[in-house]
Parts: sequence; C-alpha cells; structure tokens
Amino acid sequence: MLVIRQDLIDAMVAHARADHPDEACGIIAGPEGSETPERFVPMLNAARSPTFYEFDSGDLLRLYRDLDDRDEVPVVIYHSHTATEAYPSRTDVAYASEPEAHYVLVSTRETGTEDGPYELRSFRIVDGQVTEEPISVLEG
Amino acid sequence: MPVEVRVPTILRSFTAGEKSVAASGDSLQAVIADLDQSYPGIAERLVDESGLRRFVNVYLNDEDVRFLEGLRTPIADNDAITILPAVAGG
Repeated sequence: MLVIRQDLIDAMVAHARADHPDEACGIIAGPEGSETPERFVPMLNAARSPTFYEFDSGDLLRLYRDLDDRDEVPVVIYHSHTATEAYPSRTDVAYASEPEAHYVLVSTRETGTEDGPYELRSFRIVDGQVTEEPISVLEG
Repeated sequence: MPVEVRVPTILRSFTAGEKSVAASGDSLQAVIADLDQSYPGIAERLVDESGLRRFVNVYLNDEDVRFLEGLRTPIADNDAITILPAVAGG
C-alpha cells in the first residue's frame, strides 16, 4: 500500500497537467528505510515526448547524489500518460529499475491541462511483474 | 589502478548488498571486466554486444561516459565511477 499526503498527490497531478500533452515525471523522496514520501522533486522529461519520458542523465546523477547526502530514497517515482490509462506500459515495465519504489502513474487523457477528476494509480514493478496496490491518502 | 564504483540498488544483489565496491583497470571496459571477476554476471547487466546498454548510465566522476569515450574512457587512480539505471519509460 502507498500511504501519501493529499498535497503530494495534488502536486503530481498539477505537474502532469502543466506538461500535458508531453509526459511529466519526477520522484517523491523519503527517508531511507521508511515508506513515507515527503519531498516532492519534479524532474524535466529530457525526451519531451507525449509517449516517452527519461530523466536527463546529468540531472539523474545530481538527484541521486542529493538523495545520498540527505539519506533519502526515491519512495515514489511518478510519470504521466497523456493519451492512455494510468497503467504501466511495456516500456515502463522494461525499464523499471527501482524494485523498492512505488511507481505512480497519472493519466491526463480525460482532462488534458484542465482541472477535473484525475486518474492516479500506484504499482510495484519487480522483475517484470506489475502489481497494483491501494493508495491511502492522508489529508494534509 | 583502484577506483571506487557506486552500485545502484538493483545491482546490489551481485555485490552482497554493498553500495560501493573497489575495482581496477585503466579503462572503463577493464574496470567492468574486473568487476565481473569479483561479481560474476554484473557485466552483462551493463553492456551488450554493441557497448554500454542504452538505459544504463555510467559516470566517471561528474561526467556521463557517453560524453567521454564510452567503454574506452581512460580511468585514473582515485577516479570515482557511478552506475545509475536510467529512470525512463513510455
């Protein structure tokens, strides 16, 4: 189960809407050894694409050094789908490389850049296996 | 030449959980070959027949080796190598 504050969900949704129709991506860091996402870190999608995302390689190194310095891990890795459902694509599964992370997908296919109901789901992706998990929201 | 290699979570199954290991070699290719001697199987996760795998990033100090000489990048004493899988998808 992913336990997450409402304001962090709102931040992911807002980022997804702002970057629509390109995919948005980022992480939410939390203390190492915890399962608690705390620090919202939006990243640039170096691919700037509606069908692909990739953290810039320099940004990736700086991000992981910063996490190390803070004794944090990427508790959540999120990205958006802008034309399809909030479910990991084959590419997402192929490149998933953080077995301990919660992979959160946001879909903006219904609302685009506008406000409205959102689709946001959380998954574990381990050894090519996708497992959806419930989300428990803590009111901010 | 000894260098420190930072290993990402997903490859720590090869290194008995160690985040950082020592290896030696005068090029990145030689360092990876040396790593594979100590941690058999790890090289295959990093390289394929065409070179470094597309979604594995390797950095020499602060620089992505793709912007240096790839597997032929020379390695000197006290260099630090960091391996990070790309965060990517579709």
